[in-house]
Amino acid sequence: MNSLKKYLGIVWLLLGPLVVFFLVSGAISNIDPDGTKDINNPVIWVIIIAIFTPIAIGLMIFGWYALKGEYDKMPQSSRELE
Amino acid sequence: MNETSNIRKVIVASSVGTMIEWYDFYIFGMLAKTISTQFFPEGNATAALLSTLAIFAAGFIVRPFGALVFGRLGDLIGRKYTFLLTLVLMGGSTFLIGLVPSYKAIGLAAPLLVLLLRLVQGLALGGEYGGAATYVAEHSPAARRGYYTSWIQTTATLGLFVALGVIMLVKLNMSDASFNAEWGGWRYPFWISILLVAVSVYIRLKMSESPLFSKLKKEGKTSVNPLKESFRNRTNFKMVLLALFGAVMGQGVIWYTGQFYAQNFLETKCNIEFEQSRTIMLWAIAFATPFFLLFGWLSDKIGRKWIMMIGMFLGIVTYRPIFSTFLNNTNVEAWKAESPVANSELWSATNEKTNPETSVVRASRRVTLENGSSFVEERTDGPLFNGNAPSVYKDKHLSGGVYWKFIGLVFLLIFYVTMVYGPIAAFLVEMFPTKIRYTSMSLPYHIGNGVFGGLVPFIGLLLTTTYPADPLVGLWYPIGVATLCLIIGVIYLNNKIDKEVND
Repeated sequence: MNSLKKYLGIVWLLLGPLVVFFLVSGAISNIDPDGTKDINNPVIWVIIIAIFTPIAIGLMIFGWYALKGEYDKMPQSSRELE
Repeated sequence: MNETSNIRKVIVASSVGTMIEWYDFYIFGMLAKTISTQFFPEGNATAALLSTLAIFAAGFIVRPFGALVFGRLGDLIGRKYTFLLTLVLMGGSTFLIGLVPSYKAIGLAAPLLVLLLRLVQGLALGGEYGGAATYVAEHSPAARRGYYTSWIQTTATLGLFVALGVIMLVKLNMSDASFNAEWGGWRYPFWISILLVAVSVYIRLKMSESPLFSKLKKEGKTSVNPLKESFRNRTNFKMVLLALFGAVMGQGVIWYTGQFYAQNFLETKCNIEFEQSRTIMLWAIAFATPFFLLFGWLSDKIGRKWIMMIGMFLGIVTYRPIFSTFLNNTNVEAWKAESPVANSELWSATNEKTNPETSVVRASRRVTLENGSSFVEERTDGPLFNGNAPSVYKDKHLSGGVYWKFIGLVFLLIFYVTMVYGPIAAFLVEMFPTKIRYTSMSLPYHIGNGVFGGLVPFIGLLLTTTYPADPLVGLWYPIGVATLCLIIGVIYLNNKIDKEVND
């Protein structure tokens, strides 16, 4: 199980930038000043990309920790986190 | 005072307040159409920008930000006063939205004020949940933590129930014109909020601080910088990430799809009439709500993890069949093939050109079938109902059998919500130590629900626009996020019940 946790870390590491890439390309192809739908609105895309980029970075950090084996032994109590 | 009576008071004080906060947050979204005509008129670019910010920024940016601000405060000064403050802010801003004059009366000041108040609402909501969940959990015995905190988990759904009920009650007791007028009925749900909040503040004021936090404070062991300790302490940050990607992210999309996407789908894709679409939700919520408590209780016996994971799995495998049934069972052509027309009443017809060969006819009629279902058929061109023009069907009224079948299916969707949402407060509380618990659990919760959950309609629209051939394509977003979360949860999470949270 610990090997699986580590190998999947690579997937999470790659998934972060992939999500941002899809969001940016989605924004480029859908922003339309003449459009009336939410997906044509640049303000919404700016908000979503701005909030999603740190989350994607978080997913990469999660992947990095997994790859480094940080999740191999999980704490058995919140006391261990102090 | 015995222990049972004390915990009952703690649960009531926390749950009622949290439910009111959800009620306050929902009524804005449910009345968005009326609010936009009053405060954000079409054709004004600035008003449109403010409207966008009011709808999107409040959920996506301000909620997680509220989690940080109030989470920090809750870990520094205590749970009781922090979630009292969030309640007052939420109730006050909701009441004030109901008092803001329209755009017609005060111009751009109106949308600006509404935006400001909406942002305060988002901020307050971001701080409320973590406080309530932590407060109840820190009063609970280890063996009943899941059950007691599951009362907090019912509040988001009950808030939706109350919001739906109040709006329906007001709307059914007046004409559309009176409801949508400048100072009309749409403002009543906002004004009612102040009464609910006053009662809840009174109850909360009489409560004492969480015993675990009080003990920590007495010993001088509270955190000096909760944000730093939550997110810059590698061991704790690791758990924040795991909570987000292995549990809350999937819970957020399952929750949003069951409670909001379903309602929107019934109204806009299936075109079911207003009253039936609302009562379907109300019945389903009423039947499903006790399961929050059941799964909270069960999580005390068998652990939190697998209940949440099974809830996600069921959503992943059944969403498309369930939503496909909604579409198939509201197909009017199939209705007409199954049941003869009992009555057809012409409502209106306008002929916009005088030449009979090129005339454009706009016509609508209410058709009732023998099985009790009915619909409004509209055509916008061609000779009147001669079969040449395509019809648009609206305001569909379901027959008794289909109506109860839909209640059953929406019940299933909310049942999944109860599985993922019922045990999650206890799960999050047990992940983090007392001194930074409020901060550490609030942020992933609000990113999961506010951002991942809140994006369900937007990504749904994006997918529907990109792949218009499949009316269910929007479901791939919640299915995809829930699948990712399920994989991470199954592989990385522990199925433990932390007996000791006095740390």
